[in-house]
Amino acid sequence: MTDTVLALEDVWLSLAGNAGSIDILKGISLTVTRGETLGLVGPSGSGKSSLLMLMGGLERASRGRVMALGSDMTALDEDGLARFRRGKMGVVFQSFHLIPTMTALENVALPMEIDGVPDAFARAEAELEAVGLAVRRHHYPSQMSGGEQQRVALARAAAPRPALLLADEPTGNLDSANGAAIMDLIFGLRDRHGATLVLVTHASELAARCDRIVRLVDGRIDANSQATPAARMKSGAEV
Amino acid sequence: MNWALAARIARRELRGGLRGFGVFLACLALGVAAIAAVGLVRSAIQAGLTEQGAVLLGGDAQVEFTYRFATPEERLYLDSIATKTSEIVDFRSMAVAGDARVLTQVKAVDGAYPLLGSVQLQDDVALATAFSGTGDLPGAVMDGVLADQMGLAIGDQFSLGSQQFILGARLLREPDSATGGFALAPRTMVLTADLAKAGLLEPGTLFDTSYRMMLPANSDLGAAELATKTKLPDSGLRWSDRRQAAPGVERFVDRIGAFLILVGLAGLAVGGVGVAAAVRSYLEAKISTIATLRTLGADGALIFTSYLLQIGFLVGVGVVLGLALGVGVPLLLAGVIEAALPFPAQIAFYPQPVIEAAFYGVVSAFLFALWPLARSEQVRAAALYRGGLAGGWPRPEYLALMLVLALVLIGGSAWLSGTATLAFGTAGGVVASLLVLGLASWGLAWAARRVARSRMLNGRVALRLALASIGAPRAETMQVVLALGLGLTVLAAVGQIDANLRTAIERDLPTRAPAYFFVDIQPDQIDGFLGKLGTNPGVSKVESAPMLRGVITLINGVDARTASGDHWVVQGDRGITYADDLPAGTKVTAGDWWPKDYTGGPQISFAAEEAAEIGLVLGDKMTVNILGRDIEAKVTSFREVDFSNAGMGFVMTMNKNALAGAPHTFISTVYAETAAEPAVLRDISKAYPNVTAIGVKAAIGRVTEALGAIAQATTLAAMATLITGFVVLIGAAASGERARVYEAAVLKVIGASRGRILASFALRSILMGAAAGIVAIVAGGIAGWAVLTFVMEADYAFEPVSALAIVLGGIVATLLAGLIFVLRPLSVRPASVLRSQE
Repeated sequence: MTDTVLALEDVWLSLAGNAGSIDILKGISLTVTRGETLGLVGPSGSGKSSLLMLMGGLERASRGRVMALGSDMTALDEDGLARFRRGKMGVVFQSFHLIPTMTALENVALPMEIDGVPDAFARAEAELEAVGLAVRRHHYPSQMSGGEQQRVALARAAAPRPALLLADEPTGNLDSANGAAIMDLIFGLRDRHGATLVLVTHASELAARCDRIVRLVDGRIDANSQATPAARMKSGAEV
Repeated sequence: MNWALAARIARRELRGGLRGFGVFLACLALGVAAIAAVGLVRSAIQAGLTEQGAVLLGGDAQVEFTYRFATPEERLYLDSIATKTSEIVDFRSMAVAGDARVLTQVKAVDGAYPLLGSVQLQDDVALATAFSGTGDLPGAVMDGVLADQMGLAIGDQFSLGSQQFILGARLLREPDSATGGFALAPRTMVLTADLAKAGLLEPGTLFDTSYRMMLPANSDLGAAELATKTKLPDSGLRWSDRRQAAPGVERFVDRIGAFLILVGLAGLAVGGVGVAAAVRSYLEAKISTIATLRTLGADGALIFTSYLLQIGFLVGVGVVLGLALGVGVPLLLAGVIEAALPFPAQIAFYPQPVIEAAFYGVVSAFLFALWPLARSEQVRAAALYRGGLAGGWPRPEYLALMLVLALVLIGGSAWLSGTATLAFGTAGGVVASLLVLGLASWGLAWAARRVARSRMLNGRVALRLALASIGAPRAETMQVVLALGLGLTVLAAVGQIDANLRTAIERDLPTRAPAYFFVDIQPDQIDGFLGKLGTNPGVSKVESAPMLRGVITLINGVDARTASGDHWVVQGDRGITYADDLPAGTKVTAGDWWPKDYTGGPQISFAAEEAAEIGLVLGDKMTVNILGRDIEAKVTSFREVDFSNAGMGFVMTMNKNALAGAPHTFISTVYAETAAEPAVLRDISKAYPNVTAIGVKAAIGRVTEALGAIAQATTLAAMATLITGFVVLIGAAASGERARVYEAAVLKVIGASRGRILASFALRSILMGAAAGIVAIVAGGIAGWAVLTFVMEADYAFEPVSALAIVLGGIVATLLAGLIFVLRPLSVRPASVLRSQE
């Protein structure tokens, strides 16, 4: 079994607008290996979030190929992509995107319900316990703080034990204390479940915790992207 | 597809409550309520007619003869099958008191009348007391309207023919009045025996007799009918019984009910626009949730099913609300409604109209909700970033499903209303109107965008802003124009039809119509009658013809009703005339008129149009029962007959030799100057008291009155449509409030005054309302033209007054709905709005 979790080959993303087509991503080629933590950084509008969405099958490439967990995602339609994500991918958003009419517990159990997992609610309770929100399980998103909502979102992404965890600026809407707590949780979950993690962030301290950083500038990978000291240390230790 | 999971998600989603669904529920509930209420009242009348059948008919069964009394043998037979019999004579005559001469519908009864129920007279006078009169003069009772018209008080004298009567009481209610159908004149009731010397029931005069019978308990009505018809085969009798006591009323109520329900369906279509808009804006608010569900692995089918279940639940709530309203209001107002209706009605809960209204509500709601609903599955996960409900068309399977729903709705309405043509016409009209209105709103938005960018508007900021917001993407232009436009279209069509009919009756007809019909002129009076009129300079034209009445019983040996498809010509007795020469101005369209002094077998010249409708061909044999005698005649020619000018028009003319021997009277139409009319009436009634004059203007007045009532009922139903349209307007304005608040905040930032912002919002409403009104006039005008031309076969002329009222109404409605939601945008401080948008 290959160690490559994600492989992007010459991926382009163009969006049609009123003023004509705009190229968001321009020929991205990139691989992510099992267990790796990849940080995507770059200025606003550089295409980081779009690249992350492509990796999660939330967006479809205009050109090129996106292989995820051994499957060609470019060959799948919207429904095919949704089914593909079940149990394999977890996504965390900057704006949490919890379903407002569902309680914390229901939000966390939902992806497993969709996947037909029989003990979805028991696992959801355990996951909420893990993020320290067991007591808030019957609360609705509107009854929780931003930090709590993000913890629920994290539990929702992690509960199905996905092989790939995608996080789009997960601390972007939080204050520094809450942001740090969330990051500890994300890295803790990755360590616990052994998932591959791809992270979009503006925060340098967060990027510093990644195995590798890829910088995007104007829809392209900056050639000067560097692996982090942590990665160097890790690879050195392995050597 | 996991239905249980879809249901779970739907249930959780609905925890948010019904907020935002006010318009959805109001539109659906109003439409369903209107249809349920009309259906319920219709069922109540039907039940009342069935329950009261015997009372309405005046007995268990009735045998009618035209123009004659029953022969002693016939009477003997009728008495033998009945436990009790009563004889009623019905005819028109002139009630005369001093100079007052007024047409009245006389009902002459015997001592046994009424077999069932009771006659209500003012001051609780007993009928027998009222008939007893004073001294030598018999008594009579009279409709209060007629008594007032003639200036008669109780105890005053008046005459019918040459018999004087004393007015004994004012008539309030006859138990059997609903069976008589449309009457041209108010009622006078007397004892038949008292008419012996009146000279009104001579052979050949126009009167009907009916013999009401109480049959032994548990009689088989069908068997009794068959036995009577077998026993008295060639008598020309007409049988009716309590099973269907008032077929005319039933048919009328059925037709009007069906028509009003179809108008109600148009209301549901208007509501459908609101339903579609509400579903669309609900789903727009749910885009983030749907996209999140996608992210979590939900496929399109799961999402669609989940939202379908949510909408299904809301449809259920809306329909139940509508039914509660549509059933509850008539039940609450049962007393008022029963008293207001001219027919007996039993307001109660009836399942059929409820099921019918629920069916219409459910099918139409899903039909309109499906389009926006189908697009829920097109929401992509990327919508979390890029937003927006995907545009474009739903998948073909949903389009096919919508087509099926539309067909079920149209087919169902054709089946339930019982008038397929009207149902298909209404459906076609609604679909065509929606298409035209859709195109119009698209055109309006396009034109608004164009004009807003033109240099002509430089400096006219309010107008430019108004046009820009009409033409903006996702503006509520389509919703407003569709909903208001459809409501106004229905109103415009009703207005155009009503106005045209009124114009035709009030203006066109009297200029060509005669002043009076004189009937019951005895053969020995006709020469004197014509001579009298000939010397009157105010009389411009007199036409007269012999007249008999007969029933067409057989066509080529087959029962006439079967052979003709129950055409109106064979449904009752018809006037028949005879002539030797071809009358002046008569045009034979096929066949040949009989030769002068023809003495061969009976021949008929038949009205060409009616002959074509029945399917008559030259050479057909027709059996006509005249005064109990069957005459078989051959159809030898067809004639053009114009019934539209209220002149003399006979469906059947026979050769003179066939009928001249039968007792008959003459009918005469007199054309006179308006000023000369009273004198003509006075002269003739004085000289010939037995002759009855029917004032055409008064008759037309009564027809117009009846038409007015129908138009009023229709307008009410159309108003329900318009109210639904207004609810949709308010919904559109409410959903646009957020955008208006933001717009107003930005405009204030860049220096626009509140007056200018208000002017821009008002202009926007005015333009949309005017567009909806103008399109409604065009669509309503076309609908009115189609109904008048093809259904009523009348001329159509555009009627500008109601049209103008509709455009103004459209503008006022949109302006009102818009202005309700303008106050907040105008009062909000820009900083708070703009900060919350960040």
